Amino acid sequence: MSTATIAGTSVELNDEGFFVDPTQWTHEIAVEMATADGISPITDQHWQVIDFMRKEYFEKGTGPTVRVLGKTSGVSVKDLYRLFPKGPAKMAARIAGIPKPKGCI
Amino acid sequence: MNGDGKITKVSIIVSKGSLEGIYPALIMANGARAEGMEANLFFTFFGLDAIHRKRIDHIKVATVGNPAMHIPTLIGGLPGMSGIATHMMGKKMDELDIPPIHEFIEMISDTGCGMYACKASVDMFGMEKNDFVEQVQDIITVGDFYDLAAGGQIIFT
Repeated sequence: MSTATIAGTSVELNDEGFFVDPTQWTHEIAVEMATADGISPITDQHWQVIDFMRKEYFEKGTGPTVRVLGKTSGVSVKDLYRLFPKGPAKMAARIAGIPKPKGCI
Repeated sequence: MNGDGKITKVSIIVSKGSLEGIYPALIMANGARAEGMEANLFFTFFGLDAIHRKRIDHIKVATVGNPAMHIPTLIGGLPGMSGIATHMMGKKMDELDIPPIHEFIEMISDTGCGMYACKASVDMFGMEKNDFVEQVQDIITVGDFYDLAAGGQIIFT
């Protein structure tokens, strides 16, 4: 675990760079993390995925897998990989400030 | 592997045509893409059933010669046993939200995973490109496979 300062806010991250406390997340942090990951510009579709992941996490206690994202977020699997090329579940969850999703599929 | 010791690319060979022979490879390929790794699936021998238009929706669990089924081989060999076991497993998988093979193949293709059929097996079974689902990009030789797999890990299932 480590403390990092992103977009002027101090946040706790685990060894893989995922948020320990999702309530520390802000939109500004997401923008800075996404930019650092090479996502530019951040489109409405990116936000659609990020907002959906946070909603799922707070409702269910774990972030959605790619399959769930593809079926229910309104963004197709193909588009998910276009938006988040380094693996949507992992990359989007990190940017969305939630822990890595636990599902296998 | 890259500098931090992480796997960055996998090529997975599917050589079996049973449900339990196919799913692990698909889950591994899908999981690799979800982690941002490059992934390829190479279907050979009976594994070709997993991409065969007419067979993809009829993949069954093997109930004979499988001690982990925990039923006597003679019982497992009765007509319909494979169908029953497949149905039961399918129900459980559906509950766990694991997609059927056909849908899974489509999804994995959408993740950007490469899908290829083995030329030697395709020739041996007298099949052609048209016999396979549209997600299959090409029929390739073992040499082509090694070229595709270069720089990554190879997993045989």
